[in-house]
Amino acid sequence: MSASAPGGQFVRLAETARRRIVIALGDRPIEALEGDSLLTALLLNGRQLRQSEFRDGPRAGFCLMGACQDCWISLADGRRLRACTTPAEDGMALEEIS
Amino acid sequence: MSIVVVGAGPAGVRAVETLIAHGQRPIWIDESPRAGGQIYRRPPENFRRNSRTLYGLEAAKARRLHGAADAAARTADYRPATLVWDICDGAVQTAGPGELGVVPFDDIILATGAMDRVIPFPGWTLPGVFTLGGAQVALKAQGAAIGRRIILFGTGPLLYLVAYQLAKAGAELAAVLDTSPASAKRSALPRLLADSIMLAKGFYYVAWLKAHGIAMESGIEPLEILGTSHAVGFRYRTAAATQREVAGDAVAFGFGLRSETQLADLAGCRFAFDPLNRQWLPAMDEEGRALGVAHVYLAGDGAGIAGADAAERAGERAALALLTDRGIAVSNARRRWIRHRLARIERFREGLERAFPFPAHLARRMADATILCRCEAVSARHLRASVAGIGAEELNRAKAHCRVGMGRCQGRVCGAAAAEVLAAALNVEIAAVGRLRGQPPVKPLPVGLL
Repeated sequence: MSASAPGGQFVRLAETARRRIVIALGDRPIEALEGDSLLTALLLNGRQLRQSEFRDGPRAGFCLMGACQDCWISLADGRRLRACTTPAEDGMALEEIS
Repeated sequence: MSIVVVGAGPAGVRAVETLIAHGQRPIWIDESPRAGGQIYRRPPENFRRNSRTLYGLEAAKARRLHGAADAAARTADYRPATLVWDICDGAVQTAGPGELGVVPFDDIILATGAMDRVIPFPGWTLPGVFTLGGAQVALKAQGAAIGRRIILFGTGPLLYLVAYQLAKAGAELAAVLDTSPASAKRSALPRLLADSIMLAKGFYYVAWLKAHGIAMESGIEPLEILGTSHAVGFRYRTAAATQREVAGDAVAFGFGLRSETQLADLAGCRFAFDPLNRQWLPAMDEEGRALGVAHVYLAGDGAGIAGADAAERAGERAALALLTDRGIAVSNARRRWIRHRLARIERFREGLERAFPFPAHLARRMADATILCRCEAVSARHLRASVAGIGAEELNRAKAHCRVGMGRCQGRVCGAAAAEVLAAALNVEIAAVGRLRGQPPVKPLPVGLL
């Protein structure tokens, strides 16, 4: 039933029959399914999205509905995206989480 | 003579449907890529679960609303995935897919919805801690559980609804912990009987959770999230005043909902303090016309929390008021029916507030070291210091001093608790500290668009 990595925060409960896509987190390829948000794709494979720029530790989103702005992350090209409202797309390259 | 409707949740859908039925073609702007709003949120198009699985006891309502939304989207000038980030000089400023825009309007209906009402506590910024609404989004819109072993706490109907939905979908729940005492629910019963169907659903969720052996407690007080790099558990005080720890790698919490009012503020609406919601809300007349500014109409949870059923009715009501003001004939019988229906829901809503009271004391007694503003890691100590330091007697003064409410979320998350902390520090009523003013853009814009 679950197709998630052992170290992930999220667990897939349903909707596993979707097309597989691959995104890159730094050098690391991450498998996701078409329709996953970036937040879902990252939290199925890890427990953090970013470090707080105010040095109070790691963050992994909060409201998941585009309200709290906790989940802004960077693409490898420097563009910033809100992970909970941005669909993961095949070939997307994300900056490594420091 | 253009009409703009902002929002495509239950209120926005019914507003647009009503305008179309009376020969209008509104410009309909919604931040989400698919209409439905939060409670009836739809997953991406390639997802396959049916409405029964997604919306449970509300499946028929969800199907009706989605049907109405799809029909309305075919006639309206529908602009999904588009953020309204400012309203000024008779126009809305938008950020759509890949472009900024300006849309002038003669009349506007704001149906901006709500998010979870939050009270910060130690550890709430750790990875693995989400809102109850967030846990629901992960499940409904992504088919995912927020963790392997989930702790839910807070208060309000959403606590039990999310618990039921997660457990039914196969997630493991460690505990469902309500800050409201059991006695509050008993004393609220007479008012809750105003909507016996909704009440029966609430009883059903609780009975289902009990029957499935899920640990539930009332009258708890949150103490802290355990963990250093991510949540591994939750420590709380039981109703019997003993401390207890429960292990889990995900926590979702919330204390009812809070209206999204920034756009109403920018549109020039007059605000009034609402004791039931403990929030400053845009004031409106009995038909949904905003006060203090002409040609602005309000509907749904964005103008005070009343739930999805009320939002549908209020969306229609606002559209009927707008049409009436344009001299277009509408059914008076229908207006009376809506008024009657909304009055009943209002009585039920008062019952909910009594059953699940907002635990303001948790915010007022927040430990100094607790991070209040998660955007910029501002602690409760900093906010209290703004009282001593510059004599801040009002939220915007305090914000200028300590930056609470100045971060990316504009106080959407911390604002309710910040008002309580400041009021307690000043020893005044919550209404006396005012409200954080909305500032454009109400949400950050992707840099590429500027």
